[in-house]
Amino acid sequence: MSEKPKIGIYWCSSCGGCEEAIVDLNETILDVVAAVDIMLWPVAMDFKYEDVVNMEDGELLASFINGGIRLSEQEEIVKLLRKKSQLIFAFGSCAHMGGVPGLANLQNRESIFNRVYKEIDSNDNPDNIIPETKSMVDGKYEAELPVFYDSVYPLDQIIDVDYYIPGCAPAPDTITDAFMAILKNELPDKGSILSPSKSLCDTCPRKDTKPDKVDIDAFRRPQFYDKLDDGRCFLEAGIICMGPATRGGCGERCINANMACRGCYGPPDGVKDQGLRMLSALASIIKPNEEEGIEEVLKTLPDQIGPLYMYGLPSSILFRKKMD
Amino acid sequence: MTETGFEPKIVAFVCNWCSYGGADIAGSMRLNYTANVKLIRVMCSGRVDPEFIMEAFRGGADGVMILGCHPGDCHYIEGNYKTLKRYNMLKPLLKQFNIEQDRLHLDWVSASEGEKFARVVEGMNDRISKLGPLNWDKSLGERPHVEALS
Repeated sequence: MSEKPKIGIYWCSSCGGCEEAIVDLNETILDVVAAVDIMLWPVAMDFKYEDVVNMEDGELLASFINGGIRLSEQEEIVKLLRKKSQLIFAFGSCAHMGGVPGLANLQNRESIFNRVYKEIDSNDNPDNIIPETKSMVDGKYEAELPVFYDSVYPLDQIIDVDYYIPGCAPAPDTITDAFMAILKNELPDKGSILSPSKSLCDTCPRKDTKPDKVDIDAFRRPQFYDKLDDGRCFLEAGIICMGPATRGGCGERCINANMACRGCYGPPDGVKDQGLRMLSALASIIKPNEEEGIEEVLKTLPDQIGPLYMYGLPSSILFRKKMD
Repeated sequence: MTETGFEPKIVAFVCNWCSYGGADIAGSMRLNYTANVKLIRVMCSGRVDPEFIMEAFRGGADGVMILGCHPGDCHYIEGNYKTLKRYNMLKPLLKQFNIEQDRLHLDWVSASEGEKFARVVEGMNDRISKLGPLNWDKSLGERPHVEALS
């Protein structure tokens, strides 16, 4: 048996981009593989859950879990990994804050199943069959499916999380720095988010074009704005850029591609609710001071949860929409 | 007490310079207003972070009020204009979360308007009494108890 530290990588409710991000480390991944033994990585290697069950508690040095928790199966596995791992890393926006799948907290199981299995035109489901947790196949086999929860949960609402690696997906530098910190035993305090806490605006390449006072008379959607590449502050043009309420460290990948920040690294330290912090920032740049004028400006922003909570609805203070 | 026995829990953020003075005057004038409102004094209505409001709803408030100086009268020049803009943004956001917009109310009460203070608080109490409890924590849903795979 080798004495290398053992790690696990697991995928919950997410798109798979985080797994891609690990592979996208290119040559660096060879250093990682050389330094550790990967004991569980269902997407890339063949291991059985039973092998993990049979491990000693704390046998894994670390588990990297991406995705929020939507199914009872995911909860079973992450609770197992919590027992077997010394450190749990929430990897990527979905494990950190719920992520884009977390926008499903505007719906619940019933409304999602109705839409997906009954209402969509392309469905061919005349008997209106929806998935049940238990069903009989061929009259003799009992088949079981995991429970589909009403809401999506960030990882830390299900198990204790030691560190967060933010991003959708995390930037290669963010991942490499985290791996190196583990291997060199240089991890910061428990609960830390492994990226600088300064806002993205602080390192934004367009920072110098931001006027002292931004005043907007309308919000604009980027697809209807033809000067995205003019190198100027997006907020000045009325485009929602989450930079003021978002942690930096991502390498400004979106900004450099002429796209406003969507907030995937989550809020800086001390901010509980990224969407509300951004709401405050946006409110302060609306130019009119009287109610009618403000209402006119807000007519150009018909949806707030979409842009403000693209990645963080399940980690917001209100957590989800109230269903009737 | 309403017929149903429901007593709304209302959190009111009141600015130090105007509305808290208004509440003080209401007290000095021996005006009756509901005990359902819990006042939280802040230096300026502009200090009311939207997080405070959502925390109040999450923590069990049925209604939240922000009371500040009349426009143009802000001790810090323009704090209440920021409040007004945030308030106008919060209303549609609350609607998206399916919280009745009447559960959040902004009003201007100067340090001499004790009578207005009592009136707006009573008005809020009436509206929330009609709406009934919010019970935000109950709307979060439950999930089954699940143990680690073994």
